[in-house]
This record gives sequence, structure tokens and C-alpha cells, in this order.
Amino acid sequence: MAARRAASSFLSRFLLTRPSPASPASPAGKSALLGAGALLHRFSTAPAPAAATAEEPIQPAVEVNHTQLLINGNFVDAASGKTFPTLDPRTGEVIARVAEGDSEDIDRAVAAARRAFDEGPWPRMTAYERCRVLLRFADLIERHAEEIAALETWDNGKTLAQAAGTEVPMVARCIRYYAGWADKIHGLVVPADGAHTVQVLHEPVGVAGQIIPWNFPLLMFAWKVGPALACGNTVVLKTAEQTPLSALYVANLLHEAGLPEGVLNVVSGFGPTAGAALCSHMGVDKLAFTGSTGTGQIVLELAARSNLKPVTLELGGKSPFVVMDDADVDQAVELAHQAVFFNQGQCCCAGSRTFVHERVYDEFVEKSKARALKRVVGDPFRNGVEQGPQIDGQQFNKILRYVQSGVDSGATLVTGGDRVGSRGFYIQPTVFADAKDDMKIAREEIFGPVQTILKFSGMEEVIRRANATHYGLAAGVFTRSLDAANTLSRALRAGTVWVNCYDVFDATIPFGGYKMSGVGREKGIYALRNYLQTKAVVTPIKDPAWL
Amino acid sequence: MDCAGKTFETRDPRTGEVIATIAEGDKADVDLAVKAAREAFDNGPWPRMTGYERGRILHKFADLIDSHVEELAMLDTVDAGKLFLVGKIRDIPGAAHLLRYYAGAADKIHGETLKMAQRMHGYTLKEPVGVVGHIVPWNYPSTMFFFKVGPALAAGCTVVVKPAEQTPLSALFYAHLAREAGVPDGVLNVVPGFGPTAGAAVASHMGIDKVSFTGSTEVGRVVMKAAAESNLKPVSLELGGKSPVIVFDDADLDMAVNLVNLATYTNKGEICVAGTRIYVQEGIYDAFVNKAAKLAKKSVVGDPFNPRVNQGPQVDKDQYEKVLKYIDIGKREGATLVTGGKPCGDKGYYIEPTIFTDVKDNMTIAQDEIFGPVMALMKFKTVEEVIQKANNTRYGLAAGIVTKNIDIANTVSRSIRAGAIWINCYFAFDPDAPFGGYKMSGFGKDMGMDALEKYLQTKTVVTPLYNTPWL
Repeated sequence: MAARRAASSFLSRFLLTRPSPASPASPAGKSALLGAGALLHRFSTAPAPAAATAEEPIQPAVEVNHTQLLINGNFVDAASGKTFPTLDPRTGEVIARVAEGDSEDIDRAVAAARRAFDEGPWPRMTAYERCRVLLRFADLIERHAEEIAALETWDNGKTLAQAAGTEVPMVARCIRYYAGWADKIHGLVVPADGAHTVQVLHEPVGVAGQIIPWNFPLLMFAWKVGPALACGNTVVLKTAEQTPLSALYVANLLHEAGLPEGVLNVVSGFGPTAGAALCSHMGVDKLAFTGSTGTGQIVLELAARSNLKPVTLELGGKSPFVVMDDADVDQAVELAHQAVFFNQGQCCCAGSRTFVHERVYDEFVEKSKARALKRVVGDPFRNGVEQGPQIDGQQFNKILRYVQSGVDSGATLVTGGDRVGSRGFYIQPTVFADAKDDMKIAREEIFGPVQTILKFSGMEEVIRRANATHYGLAAGVFTRSLDAANTLSRALRAGTVWVNCYDVFDATIPFGGYKMSGVGREKGIYALRNYLQTKAVVTPIKDPAWL
Repeated sequence: MDCAGKTFETRDPRTGEVIATIAEGDKADVDLAVKAAREAFDNGPWPRMTGYERGRILHKFADLIDSHVEELAMLDTVDAGKLFLVGKIRDIPGAAHLLRYYAGAADKIHGETLKMAQRMHGYTLKEPVGVVGHIVPWNYPSTMFFFKVGPALAAGCTVVVKPAEQTPLSALFYAHLAREAGVPDGVLNVVPGFGPTAGAAVASHMGIDKVSFTGSTEVGRVVMKAAAESNLKPVSLELGGKSPVIVFDDADLDMAVNLVNLATYTNKGEICVAGTRIYVQEGIYDAFVNKAAKLAKKSVVGDPFNPRVNQGPQVDKDQYEKVLKYIDIGKREGATLVTGGKPCGDKGYYIEPTIFTDVKDNMTIAQDEIFGPVMALMKFKTVEEVIQKANNTRYGLAAGIVTKNIDIANTVSRSIRAGAIWINCYFAFDPDAPFGGYKMSGFGKDMGMDALEKYLQTKTVVTPLYNTPWL
């Protein structure tokens, strides 16, 4: 044990003398870090105690027990035997090495899902029985909530308070919501124009391929797997390479809850390999993807070129948050702040264009600056921390480039703009004011803790400017006026309009984008139609008593 | 709790002996219950919890039922003479299942945004109706309790239940379990008592927003009248039936005989949807009568705790005497008694499974609901004829159709004026399948998402739009 500690402390010092992995000047830094990280992992799956930085990363209270692929009810190595590391974004160090799925593994997973659907018990049991499995799953999630939250925070960097206090409960709630739909899936019996009886059956669609992102690993798991399973389908899930751990943990619980083998298969891996294989697979009946708009376009193309599988897409956004002149400024500042900084700014629906009416503009900017300065950045495992690290070096670098672009294009850098500390991927809460619509920071999705404030003077103007984007995921409206609320909520071309609130994600509320923010809706009753086929059954009636 | 101090006895129909003495609720007790329910609705947490939170409590309630299955089945067996094994395996788990269905529905009650033909924004809200009165019958004490209480609670209403005087025991146990599950005080109130006193008080209470009654057509009339004469509270009624089962020539004979036997004799015939008018097409009629009689004779009538028994006692002396009276009328009106017709044993309220043939449509035993193990077998020739005969009743609760032919199945199912049509099956109840009668069998649906409507008010909200890019 002492030898182990000595070894890991040696390695931590070794790591710290490497050039900073985040600085653009040392592209080699990342792979060197990974090499050291791999060594580190042989000795310990816990992050090494950091001697030289101000903050000692807190040891997560969970062990990583599942790192293989989950296919046909068994944890297995990748066909190639390859593994890849998943990193702790607080330090850039390796948490664990995980099986790396590629097209052969996708083939195996799809075959298992196909067999489970075509021949297995899942679609053939009563909906009530499926409901009970899902309810047991939700109970198991609650029983292991602490470990699950710790794992999620470790792999993603979101605060433990958020993971444990909000997200894990939301995951259980989402599963229970869909468990309750399982035995209530109805089609219509419609009147015919003649003597026919017409029944419309809603059948499970078959094998669903699902690709989820890294920003809300478990919540995205629930939004996809919940409705798919409740409708009687089988699933092949490809997790994000940045965050493969929590899906494996809960998928194991789902099997403990009684899910038959092959019904849910989880393949960790990368987009261009495992992801592409799933999109192009001729044996997949339906595809659902959440991620960037650029990747979404590739996904849609692959689906079209293979077997025209129907696709739902949840993509990026550049959502406007409109603060009207009747705003209570303090409330508006806080809401707008949360809208953009929540989850380290890594939210597809982040309110990332803050439009403020000129009458309250100056006060708003001052107070937003103060709020951003107050934001506590640090180890997401520590109590009181509001913002953890960004997910990885790639995102980290991209965000800092956007900050530079903001400065270069003449926006006023009100506060922030730099990294925090010298380890991991922490960035200061950053606020730009006096931004113009054509600046990069006002047009492109930054996916980081960067607020961009723009001034407007009238309703028609802000509607036009808010809608002048290829995106259309969400919008926030801050006003006390009933008519302004009605006008704005109808005029904004976005899938969710939050009036005097933001990021309200109840299980019943459909969520999705207009325009290049996506196709289709998740959550609520609306998600069911993603996972059902519609079949009309028509028979003549002899001597109908009525028509 | 105990009010005026009055009590009444509930008896074991196997012997006629007293099981227990129960507090007898009267108008004053109903008043107190309504007061509690009103307070719980107007000011308590229940309607102000989210649908999900109500659902969680109802799920716990269902889990508690599952962990007390035997006790509950036993209560219904000694109170109502129901078969213990059936209670344990089907009825009580079925009650938990139904409750879970509504627990999962509590967060799925939707209004709609509307398409107004004006510059207006409109939408509907589905609100809980308020304090609900439930009058529950004695034939399926547990099932009927949850038919009513399940959707009412899921919708956010508070409830006053008046269980049948014959069978108060399981209702009181359920109230106890509800409290354990976390249902707040005043949300579920149970007042055992008699129809003319406690039941009437519920039907005519000015503080009850909705009443739902399951029982006989005669009493249903009284309930509806009381509701009209008090505060015009909306009423739903699930009443009696004289349901036809139609067996066509092409039916599998053995399957049909078994189905009909089940349809008539299940729960000793004390079931609103009992198939009691059996129409058999002439091609197979004689063979059918033969096999039906044989099967009826093989039935084991006895102690419902005995797993080998098919049929327990009728629920009480009144019902027992009523059934025997109808059998007598049948004989006097000239129907042919093929088997049964007599009491079974000299203790308790047991009656032999009985079959009459040569029954004319206008005979009393073909028109009145007997509510006992009495089958009326009739012959028919054509589809048109049997449709007419089947519909020749003031009732319209259920109907059975036994045929392999797709056209007959489709045509006959549309032609029969009844709320539940069972093709090649019977008693095919399901939590997702709405159930309720036509004509004098009542109105309003139990079960399915439809049942929630009984406990909801629809409110339409409209406001002008001054600036909108679409309408």
C-alpha cells in the first residue's frame, strides 16, 4: 500500500512537470499526459493526490467496476481487444480504460438486439410487465444514487450537487414516467368513408440505435432508453467517448431489474468508428442522435445512404434570452446567468445570446459582471462549488479561442476570459458585453462559460434578431407583461420558450429544435412516436349497424 | 373513528354467523367525512402535489397491497363468500395492478392548446373536480374499490367511500394501508353504513362535487334522483345487466360450453356482466345443452377457502332468497329446468348451478337480473334474429360472441347495444380498457384513461393575441 502511494506520488510529480496539456503551444502535451495517465492507471484508478496545485482533487466515493461493452446481457471486451482512456477533467488524468467498440462490436450488438426483438420475450410480454421492469430499474437507481452521481461527476466534471441533487433524481423520474406510458399506448380507430372498420395499431419499431453526448450522460441515457424500452423496442446505445462510465453502471442495474438479454446493448467508442457503424447499419430500424449540428448532418446522411432509417436529431443551439424593459433586473440577471453558465455552459439550449433592453442594459451588465465574479469555480466534488471543469482539452481550447475571437472582434470583455489554475480544464466565468450580431461569439455555439450580452431597443427588432440564426432550440423571455409574453412566445422560432424561467426540464415537456437545432421531440408523450410504427388495419363490415 | 356509537354486523355467508361489528355511519358521519375531504381538497397538499408525487404515493399503496394479499383475500372471502384462491391470485393483485395503472397516469392528464377562429389564444385545463362520493357494491369489494378510488386519487380529488353494508372489511383495511402509504389525512375517507342512510347522505350532499355509484339499477335511479334534487352533482352509474352470450354454429363446442359456464357462474353469478342469456345457434343447440348441463353438474359448490371449490355461497340471506324466488318463477312461467334449481346444503347461502331451457324472451327470467347462478339457454336461427333478441333488453352492459368467422364477429359486435363486447372470451377486463354500460346499465366509464374524465373538470382559458405571426 505504501509502495503504491509512493509510486502514484512519483507519477503525479512526473505529470506536473509536463508542459500544460491545455496550452496551444504543446500539442504533444496531451498524448504525453495520456501515456503517463495509462501508467498511473496500472497503479490506481483514483486520481493521484496533486502536490503542487492549490486544490487537491477530492477522491470520488465510487469504484469503476464496469469498463467493457455490454452485449446480449454480458460484459465483453471489444472484438479488437482495444481500449481507450476516459479522463478526469479536473486533472486530465485517466480514470479508467474502457473497451473501444468498433464496427464489428456494433454488428454483434445489433445482432443481439435484433434477436431479442424478433424472438425474445421483451416485445411479447405484456406492457404491464415491461412497466414493472422499468419501475424496478428506477428503484435501483435511487438505491445506488450516491455512487451513480459520484461516477457522473468524476467522468463529466459537473458538480456533485447537480448530479446528486438534480440529475440522478431526474433520471429515475424519467424512467418512471415512461414506465407509466408502457400500458397506455393507443392508436386510433377512425371512421371510414364506407363500410370498413379501421384500427390503427402502434407497434414497436424494432431495433433502435441511439447515440448520446457527454454533457448530460445519464439524463440523455434516460431520455432515449426510457421511451424506446417502454414501447417494446430493443436498443443499441453508443455512449460519448468522453463519458462512457455511468451508462455501463446503470445498464447493469437495468439487467438486475429483469431486463432480458439483448434488449439493451451498450457500446463505448468513438463517433467515426462505432457511431458511424451504427448509423449505417442495415439492421437498425430507427436512429436517435444528440450532439453537434455538424455531426448530426453526417448521421442523417449515413442513415439515408444505408436503409433510410428514420432519424431524430437533438443538435446545437444559440438560444436567445430576452430581457424586456419591465424586468426586475436582479431576477433577470440571476436567471440569465444560470441560463448560460449552467453545466459549465455545456448545454445545447444554453441561453447564450443575452438580449437586454436598453433601458435596463447598463445596470444589467454591471450586475452580470458581479454575479460572474461571484461564481465559485473548483473541484466539482467540493461543497459550494458552482462550476467544475470543461469536459476535455479539445473543448477547453475551443472555448478559449472563442474568447480570443470575442476580444479581437471588439466586444467588451467585462470579466473572465482566462483559464483557472494550471491543471484540468477550468475556465473563468466570462462575460462579454456590447456584442454585435455578426460577431462569432454571437453566432456560433461556444459550449462554455461565456455570456454574450447584446443591446436592443424594441420588440420587433429583438424578435428579428433573435430569429436570425440557423439554430432554434430554445429561448428565454423575461417580462411581466402578459401580452409581451404571448407575442414573444409565438414569434420566437424555437422548440422551447421559457417565460420567466429557464432550463425547466420536466419529464412531461417535449423538447427539441426548430431549424438546424434538430428534428423531432424528446420527452413527454411526444417521444413515444419516435419509437412506434403506425399500422392501419382495414376490414370490410357487412351490414353495419352504424357508420 | 366512531360517531353516534351505532354499529351493525357483517356476516359470513358460509354460515350466516357474525364476523364482526362495524361502526355504522349515518348522515352525521358522512357530513364529517365530507368536511374532512373538503378541507383536504381546498387547503391540503393532495391537489397541490404534482401528478408524479401523487403517483409515487399510489405506487407505495399498490406495493402495500401486494404485501398483504392473503389477508385482503381472506377478508373478501369471509365477507362476500368469494373464492379465496381467486382472490389471492387474481382479484387482489388485480386491484394493485389497477392502482399502478392510475399511479402511472397521474402525470399524464393533458389539456390542449386550441385552434381558435379568432385572434385569441385558447387552451383547456383538466382540473380535479373536488370531493368525490363513491358508493361501492359488495360483489367485488376490492376491485370495485379501486375502479373508483384509483382514478379519483390520481386526478387529485379527495374521496368519501361508502362501501356496501355486506362487505365493509377490505375497504377499511385499504384505508389503513393508504395512510401507511402516505396518502394525506382527509383524502381518503371510508364510511361503512347502509344505503338509505349513509348512501343517501352521500348522493344528496351539497358538499360533494361528483358521485359514482355501482350497484343495482333500482338504487342507481335513487342516487341519480338525489343528486338532481340536491346540488346537481354529476353522476356516473354502473348498474345491472342481462348480458347475452351468442354461440354460433361454427364455434368450437367445448370452448363455447366452458366460456358460457364461466360467463354465468363466475363469482356465484353475482357479477353485473354475467352472461345470463345464452343464445345458441340451432345447428349445435342440442349438443350444447347436453354438455352445458354435464359441466354444471360437475361444479363443486362449497367453502370458498377450499381450493377445489368452484362456487361459494351467495353473499347474504336476501340475495339467496331472491335467487331462489326467481328459480321458482322460472318454473312457474313454463321454462324447463335442466339441472340445479335447489339450495345446496343446509347451512349458509349455497345454491346449485342452474340451467333453464325453453325460455321465451319475455319471461321474467329472461328480462330480470337474477344475480345468481342461473343460466337461461335459448335457440336461434339467423344472425339478424339473434341481434334483435340480444338487444331486446333494457340493459346493455356486456355481450359475448363465440364464432370463428371474421364477418360475423365484426357485424355482430357493432350491432349489439352494449358497452363491453367480448369475442371468443369473457370478463376480458383490463386496466387499459374502458368499461361501462349502455341504456339502463348506466353511463360513464370505469378503467382506462377514460375513467379519469369522471374526476376532472375541463376549463377553457382564452386571452386575446395582439401580435402573432400565425393563427
